[in-house]
Amino acid sequence: MNMSQKISRRDFSKLLLTGATSASLGLFGTPSRAFGASKRVVVIGGGFGGAAAAKYLRKLDPSIAVTLVEPKAVFHTCPFSNWVLAGLRTMNDISQTYTVLKNKYQVNVIADSAVAIDSTRSTVKLKNGMVLSYDRLIVSPGIDFKWDAVPGHSEALANTRIPHAYQAGPQTTLLLNQLQSMRNGGKVIICPPANPFRCPPGPYERASLIAHYLKAKKPLSKILILDPKDKFSKQGLFKQGWEKLYPGMIEWRSGVTGGKVVKIDGTTMTVTTEFGEEKGDVINLIPPQKAGKIAFEAGLTDASGWCPVNPVSFESTIHPGIHVIGDSSIAGVMPKSGYAASSQGKVAAAAIVRLLQGKVPASPSLVNTCYSLIGTDYAISVAGVYKLTADGVVEIPGSGGLTPMNADADQLREEASFAVGWYNNIVHDTWG
Amino acid sequence: MFSSRFYTLVYISRTVRFFISFIHFNKEILFMAANLRLWLTACVLSAAAIIPGGAASAAGSSEVNPRGLVLSLSCSSCHGTDGKSVGLIPSIYGKSTSYIESAMLAFKSGARYSTVMSRHAKGYTDAEIRLIAEYFGRFSRNK
Repeated sequence: MNMSQKISRRDFSKLLLTGATSASLGLFGTPSRAFGASKRVVVIGGGFGGAAAAKYLRKLDPSIAVTLVEPKAVFHTCPFSNWVLAGLRTMNDISQTYTVLKNKYQVNVIADSAVAIDSTRSTVKLKNGMVLSYDRLIVSPGIDFKWDAVPGHSEALANTRIPHAYQAGPQTTLLLNQLQSMRNGGKVIICPPANPFRCPPGPYERASLIAHYLKAKKPLSKILILDPKDKFSKQGLFKQGWEKLYPGMIEWRSGVTGGKVVKIDGTTMTVTTEFGEEKGDVINLIPPQKAGKIAFEAGLTDASGWCPVNPVSFESTIHPGIHVIGDSSIAGVMPKSGYAASSQGKVAAAAIVRLLQGKVPASPSLVNTCYSLIGTDYAISVAGVYKLTADGVVEIPGSGGLTPMNADADQLREEASFAVGWYNNIVHDTWG
Repeated sequence: MFSSRFYTLVYISRTVRFFISFIHFNKEILFMAANLRLWLTACVLSAAAIIPGGAASAAGSSEVNPRGLVLSLSCSSCHGTDGKSVGLIPSIYGKSTSYIESAMLAFKSGARYSTVMSRHAKGYTDAEIRLIAEYFGRFSRNK
């Protein structure tokens, strides 16, 4: 599915000239937030996007008062949560806190949920009743699931028998416990969602790392991937890795060959596809996705279920003054990843600093780098460099791409080492 | 009276002692060099601190190119905030503008081996690479 936003040439030059809707309002004399003495930014969501935005707003302009609203005191990262399933990391290893944001960067962190946004009054209401005023708002709520997409499925079932483990935390622990108590010779069924969804290589790295665990502990077991799609991220590299490391253990069934799930039964642990029924000892169904709940309630989404934004500043094209970053935003061809969200958080922060100074934001430059571990000494990567053109946010031709198919064992081992270095720095750049 | 074997042993022991003294001499030279380097660094740093408009204050007051900033924010995701890496990935912090520029151009052309950097470097024009190099070069004593 091509999510790139088409922008007419006239609109494109307008984008670059003004940077954002409300900056142009400011230039033409409307009472604007841009030139006021107060510089208050509220950030909703403390994941990769929100935490990076909050940190960099304070780092780039200490005169801005930044409030971060995040209900969780400890944030578990989805990156490396598949390593937890393989027993290569613990939940503690993937825990991030807001201590450095509070103490070093003086971000006002409020441990609560935002329940309503009033875009005309520029206020955010919290669950505890508190109301926060803002000059600019950043919304970074990640994903929400379409629970009714697969008949028989529900949030309650996901919390008990059929975990998605696609928001790290208790869901990861639930899937981990199920894998650990499964018999040798059991079947694990993974059901990835249709596009677009968070972390496109995620389900396939998960299959690899569950296979890593099963090969060592329960070698008679099998993994079946029932996919509604006919191709997936890093497909050639994953399949090559599976053949090398886990021959015969992982079966991937595409949409046209009966991979599409049409019904699920949590009591009998049965998945029904267009071609028949499959029973699983462990079922990891990852439901189709949409923008986070608060984005819908604030009217920031369009018919696609995601949030259209001005790619210069990630300011909503629906509600000026509100910026949407991360998985919830429509960021051209950028994948929905924690790394992309962090990159967008920094670009939005730099743009907001300029807008609050009454200046035009710089043309954005965005990046994505994702590692997928297939075995302990075997990792593959995808990279992308993105910039704004008349066709929206596009990947620069000739740049980016995948680990080569003919990479030797040394290079794959190097990539596995760099995957760890990558994790340490991206979480440090975001929360540290 | 003494056998030729004895003279051989003496010869070997003298040679070994000569080499040991040579190593000691070398170590002292290295130690002195390190001290000299520390002292010179201290001189440069204190000069920068005392003299108005010295290296440190010049770096602080210079206007950051907004496009250079936005381009460089991408680097910190893997190389650490301000290019200070906390892991295996090399730091950019402290490297000079000319070093960063030539490294990026070598990654871009493929002249320098990398796993992922050439895929990144190909995403930037030479002018953008210059802006990135200037951004991080601000943190270096060697501009």
